[in-house]
Amino acid sequence: MNDIVISLDKVSFHYEHLSVLENINLEVQAGEFIGIVGPNAGGKSTLLKIILGQLIPDHGKVRVLGKSPSAARQQMGYVPQYPGFDRNFPITVEQVVLMGTLNRKAWIGRYSRKDKQRAAEALDRVQALPLAQRQINTLSGGQLQRILLARALACDPKILILDEPTSNIDLRLESDIFDLLKQLNKDITILVVSHDIAFISSYVHRVACLNRSLVCHHTDTIDGKMI
Amino acid sequence: MFEFLTALTQQSFLQTAVYAGLLSSLACGIMGTFVVLKRIGFLAGGIAHSVLAGMGAALFFGFSPLLGALIAALVAAILIGLIRLYWKTQEDTLIGAIWAVGMAIGILFISNTPGYTTDLMSYLFGNILMVSQQNLWIMALLDAALLITMLVFFRPLLAVAFDEEFASLRGLSVSFFYLLLLVLVSVTVVLLIQVVGLILVIALLTIPAAIAGQFVYTLGRMMMLATVFGAVFTVAGLGVSYQLDQPSGPVIIMVASMAYIFATITSRAIKRGQVHKAKREGHHESRG
Repeated sequence: MNDIVISLDKVSFHYEHLSVLENINLEVQAGEFIGIVGPNAGGKSTLLKIILGQLIPDHGKVRVLGKSPSAARQQMGYVPQYPGFDRNFPITVEQVVLMGTLNRKAWIGRYSRKDKQRAAEALDRVQALPLAQRQINTLSGGQLQRILLARALACDPKILILDEPTSNIDLRLESDIFDLLKQLNKDITILVVSHDIAFISSYVHRVACLNRSLVCHHTDTIDGKMI
Repeated sequence: MFEFLTALTQQSFLQTAVYAGLLSSLACGIMGTFVVLKRIGFLAGGIAHSVLAGMGAALFFGFSPLLGALIAALVAAILIGLIRLYWKTQEDTLIGAIWAVGMAIGILFISNTPGYTTDLMSYLFGNILMVSQQNLWIMALLDAALLITMLVFFRPLLAVAFDEEFASLRGLSVSFFYLLLLVLVSVTVVLLIQVVGLILVIALLTIPAAIAGQFVYTLGRMMMLATVFGAVFTVAGLGVSYQLDQPSGPVIIMVASMAYIFATITSRAIKRGQVHKAKREGHHESRG
């Protein structure tokens, strides 16, 4: 029996007068690869924000690695759907990935050699080490996606959370990214939000269907009829 | 230009003016780069115009206008920063209001001060020739404070300037560092107001960095090149205004603006040349 790394207990959330999440119960075990699917405005992004500690639920409890989400932030890696930055910013790939090593306690002065090593390792894990000195505005969509992944891995997280990792890249690259995630899953628990249930069900252990409330299915039990 | 250069060796007020220009260009290069990259020109403008409130109050109550400017700039920076952080949807209106109210307060103070009001013109359009020796020392001190702050806080400031959401997820206090960024901008604004006045300050703050950004592609180089351009424009502008006997502030801005137009045309031509070259080489490869 593996440890529970993420647990949501009767979590509810609403924006103004609109109920977005109702009575969500979810337990993610260490080493799982779990997919979250659902329609737009079904609450997927809200759920992620609650797990990351960016939003506090109206009801219910959230626990990540046994702690509150904001306490567990340093051990979570997050890859957003859209990069939160201007692609024309004059900055290199290495500098972007190095930002993944920042934390509340260590930000004075310059990056240490250890930080640079961790950034290089993260880039290597996503097979993007040759891109280290490139300016980010010279990268393709797929390359940028890998850099965002490397940035999330730079802090050596126990949990990796990805929001629609393939919605902005070519279909043929989709399996590349998921093969990479499958590799990473050997050491890291992975949570992926995706719109493509048929595709991700071949990679993940479980699929959670979210439309204000959550229903989980093990992928061995999913067949064409259910989809 | 000869009269300017000879006068420079003889007149101390001209030397002081050149030093003031050089000192302000350091802040201009560093913070101008942040202002351009993070697109906070409007916020910087709000800070700049609010400075008049402090300068007017200083005139009215009889203390140093530079100090008044600094206090007003810091207050405006914090207010504007809080608006951007917590009331972003009403940001345009609120910052515009601060902009106008700051100026109104300043003008009220000045118009109620007995005596000459020629000071108003030099606050609005700068008079680098009136910078005192004491102010020069204060400017050097502000530059040093800016530089030290940059060196110590560079990583989180860059992280917040680049990607606020990610910085927040890493546990950095985005509010603190964003406000710090604006405080550094306000210090820069106060320095540059000595040179070109508060109405034209945004141009001097952003043009050198905007030109630099067209030619270099790393942050450090952009800051250095922007500093060089800032220095060149202020000193050249000063020289030209001396030769032509025109107010220095506006001439400096004209020099900077013409350089910007020229640089934009040049960098476009270079890029078009590179595209053509790549196409030609592509043709040769596909033929061979």
